[in-house]
Amino acid sequence: MIEAPLVPPADTEKSLPRKKSRRPWTFDRISFVLVFLVLPLAIFSVFVVWPFVQAFWYSLTDWSGFTPDMNFIGLENYQKLLQDDIFMTALRNNVILAIVVPFVTVVLAFALATMITVGGSTYGATRGLKGSSFYRVISFFPYTIPAIVIGLIWLQMFDPSNGLLNGILTGIGLDGFDSYPWLGDARTAMPASIFVIIWGFVGFYMVLFVAAIKSVPGELYDAARIDGAGRFRTAFSVTLPLIRDNVQTAYIYLGILALDAFVYMVALNPGGGPENSTLVMPQRLLVTAFEKGQFGLASAMGVVMAVATMAFAAIVFTVNRLVGGRPEGVRR
Amino acid sequence: MTASASTDSDTSQHAVTSDPPPSPPPPGQKRGGAGDRAVTSVSHVVLGLWALLVIIPLLWTLLSSFKTSSEIFSSPFSLPATWSFDNYVSAWTSEGIGRYFLNTVVVVGTALVLVMLLGSMCAYVLARFSFPGNRLIYYLMLVGLTFPIFLAIVPLFFVLKGFGILNTLPGLIITYVAFALPFTVFFLYPFFRVLPQDVAEAAEIDGAGEWRKFFQVMLPMAKPGIASVAIFNFLGLWNQFLLPVALNTNRDNYVLSQGMAAFASRAGYNTDYGRLFAAVVITIVPVLIVYVIFQRQLQGSVSQGASK
Repeated sequence: MIEAPLVPPADTEKSLPRKKSRRPWTFDRISFVLVFLVLPLAIFSVFVVWPFVQAFWYSLTDWSGFTPDMNFIGLENYQKLLQDDIFMTALRNNVILAIVVPFVTVVLAFALATMITVGGSTYGATRGLKGSSFYRVISFFPYTIPAIVIGLIWLQMFDPSNGLLNGILTGIGLDGFDSYPWLGDARTAMPASIFVIIWGFVGFYMVLFVAAIKSVPGELYDAARIDGAGRFRTAFSVTLPLIRDNVQTAYIYLGILALDAFVYMVALNPGGGPENSTLVMPQRLLVTAFEKGQFGLASAMGVVMAVATMAFAAIVFTVNRLVGGRPEGVRR
Repeated sequence: MTASASTDSDTSQHAVTSDPPPSPPPPGQKRGGAGDRAVTSVSHVVLGLWALLVIIPLLWTLLSSFKTSSEIFSSPFSLPATWSFDNYVSAWTSEGIGRYFLNTVVVVGTALVLVMLLGSMCAYVLARFSFPGNRLIYYLMLVGLTFPIFLAIVPLFFVLKGFGILNTLPGLIITYVAFALPFTVFFLYPFFRVLPQDVAEAAEIDGAGEWRKFFQVMLPMAKPGIASVAIFNFLGLWNQFLLPVALNTNRDNYVLSQGMAAFASRAGYNTDYGRLFAAVVITIVPVLIVYVIFQRQLQGSVSQGASK
């Protein structure tokens, strides 16, 4: 009932209701346009569009933020960023996150969703696992928890001496992990942080994929089975192509998230981690802007983040299209 | 409406997931049966492990929230000597979590109502009226949706300062509304677009003006879409961290997420971890309870969000 009316037909473009403005401009219509269109757009322009536009401009100046002096210095800020080892480390960390987090999260979420929906017996109609609602509800829990709190919970879990993780590891005889600083060692800080982000998101995307898989007609699975396709074959050759758009959406959202990752990193390692191994661009941006007062340079960092995000989305779209997805624009 | 929806999905749930155990396999398929059982068991093991991985940190947090700091330092497994709510009381009052909680309710509640109202109005106009600049506005919204907030944060600081609403709750509210607006418009747009035109025309013939047509005819018809977008907006705003950290630095005005971060960095020196755990539980529990009650509807909305 809820789901039925929600999927818009892809071709509403032509049937767009044409409003002919033949009726007079009454008070009703004028106030309607003012409140319904002008008001939201005004708020959007002042607090979103205008700051974005300004940010591009500031990135080309040496503005400190506290004095009115502002000199146009062209691309000098960007050159500075290229030579700034700490910022390049942060950029590299974000790129690592953008490569690892979406891939692992999507693979894990897809595997779990497949198990839940079609992992049951292969006799009779294709069916899911018994008790799957239980797994689904539990897995979604982390999504209802604010990211900062997820970070704080795992900060305590990873605590070298009082954390549950080392408690369990030493408890089962791995004494080498006694007081091991997971977040304080440059080798493990990043993997541990990546794990926390994935922990927070797998459940949500699992639920999303479950919903997508359920919308696939059951006959397709029955047909695949009659043709002798095994479970893995079915998952890769039937399910995956059919929920391709959902995977693409998930991948882009996760990529945007990984190119930020600010909240998690602030919670787990506020200072950027050992040897800056978990430092991300947003952390560097905030320090540059509000502690060092280099607003021009900070804006340039923001532009780099925006460009990285756009590039990531473009790569995902391109890859999806190359492996046979529908051209974008068919579906909005 | 809601009740029937939930029973609907109830029954479909049963159809797909909790069928009675399959009858014994027909003779010719015994080998497949064994393989089946193996796959089913493996699935249960893997899903069970994941569920444990999710639930254990949460239970451990709950357990630790009843312990004193010295108990926390002695062993991660030990049970608290006394089950008292002292940690909760002191987290709520002396650590200011109560105040942050209240601020969050005010900010998120107001912003949510405003953004849903403005967003649905804007999506309605964009979806059902053609005028020059219509597509331009739509694509502008799309760009606003994909650009990182970090890019805007520095100029935004000065915009709010210019209006004199930096470090105030109204300033935070209007920023929340502005940044949630693109998402709201973008995802409500298809809902308004597919609403039947003849109902709108009937309302017009009956003499309804544009205002009445929207609030009494179109808005109620788009309710399912509005409900699911509202859920995501709620979680997004509840979760928001960067905007308050940069734009709302007055401690009295802290929202929960930034209050938690500040508390945690202080707890590093004061080492009152019991209170920290209690504060974490206070933050998690209300939303978790609401989720468990409405989880069917929420999962419905996840699937809708997914189909866009």
